[in-house]
Amino acid sequence: MIIYGVALLSACLLAGLYVGELLGQLLGVQANVGGVGIAMLLLVLASSMQRFKPLVTGASANGINFWSAMYIPIIVAMAASQNVVAAVDGGLLALLAGVAAVVVSFALVPVLSRFGPQSDPLPPLDSSSGTPGTPSKTGGGV
Amino acid sequence: METLVAVISANGLITAFAVVGITVWISYLMSARLTAGRIHGSAIAIILGLAASYWAGSVTGGSRGVVDIGVLAGIGLMGGGMMRDFGIVSTAFGVHISELRKAGVVGVISIFAGVIVSFIVGALIAVAFGYRDAESITAIGAGAVTYIVGPVTGTAIGASSDVIALSVAAGVVKSILVMIGTPLVAKQIGLNNPQSAMVFGGLMGTTSGVAGGLAATDPRLVPYGAMTATFYTGLGCLMGPSILYFIVRALV
Repeated sequence: MIIYGVALLSACLLAGLYVGELLGQLLGVQANVGGVGIAMLLLVLASSMQRFKPLVTGASANGINFWSAMYIPIIVAMAASQNVVAAVDGGLLALLAGVAAVVVSFALVPVLSRFGPQSDPLPPLDSSSGTPGTPSKTGGGV
Repeated sequence: METLVAVISANGLITAFAVVGITVWISYLMSARLTAGRIHGSAIAIILGLAASYWAGSVTGGSRGVVDIGVLAGIGLMGGGMMRDFGIVSTAFGVHISELRKAGVVGVISIFAGVIVSFIVGALIAVAFGYRDAESITAIGAGAVTYIVGPVTGTAIGASSDVIALSVAAGVVKSILVMIGTPLVAKQIGLNNPQSAMVFGGLMGTTSGVAGGLAATDPRLVPYGAMTATFYTGLGCLMGPSILYFIVRALV
């Protein structure tokens, strides 16, 4: 049942957000600390456990894969609801602070990536299918 | 016509699906026809979204892009925090635990490095622009972390409201630049594997920026980058009004 997968996904998000809120309160921070990240870990763990197999295979998996494929459209909608005017009108200081932070952070990616065990580059995307999203388990084209 | 507008407005989320679907379709068409596939369709779609938001913001004077246009209010629901988080979590389906373990330690380091480096850069620019009080410098530095850390920190330490507005603007610039810039620099910074994506997410931190930037680069990298990015704002809110503020106060 497709709803089983969707329900599992929802349960993971709610549990993660709850833990993130509790962490935030514990640390005295007005923010959710890693709630989404914790939810992702829960989903990864659930999908590798035998007990949850009926929820992450077959039709149930389609319920999760659907949302995974809807991810880019959601991001497009998110982009369309950003306060772009404020960013442009923030003046030179805001612009410089934002740009400089991004440039320096970009430059640090290869520096930090050198530490620890390396992972291999993903195989090239199969662009002919043209559908974004759906990170596939095999890491092949989508 | 009135009836049509009423139907569109009353079914906001459905309208959003249709409008975004058309936008993505146009974007992939542009990607294939105008750039021969060199610029990814999703990158174009995100840029179209931002452009539409800029246009809508200038017309309506609102702060939520096209959401402030009545008939497109459903875009706000589709692109809001709830759906964004739901979508991000779903991308973790199929993530390899082994890859997460590999980048575990360096991923954590990258979150700390990202918050501190962005803060320093923002604070230095605040100083360069003539700010000399610890509250303003800290708030603007925190804004360069993310647009949530900026106001949270600024409010906590009692920065003035115009400085807080500046810190939000700095954070929004960062988020948008990460969305647009990531696919352009991905090759140069080696952003082609799960490990570097986790480092990237930790360094950039802006969830929207990382989510959009990686989606436009290679959707398979999204879960790895998002995983670390989601801890970043929390850490920033923790460090901004405390240790980072104390350090700035000791220095000025």
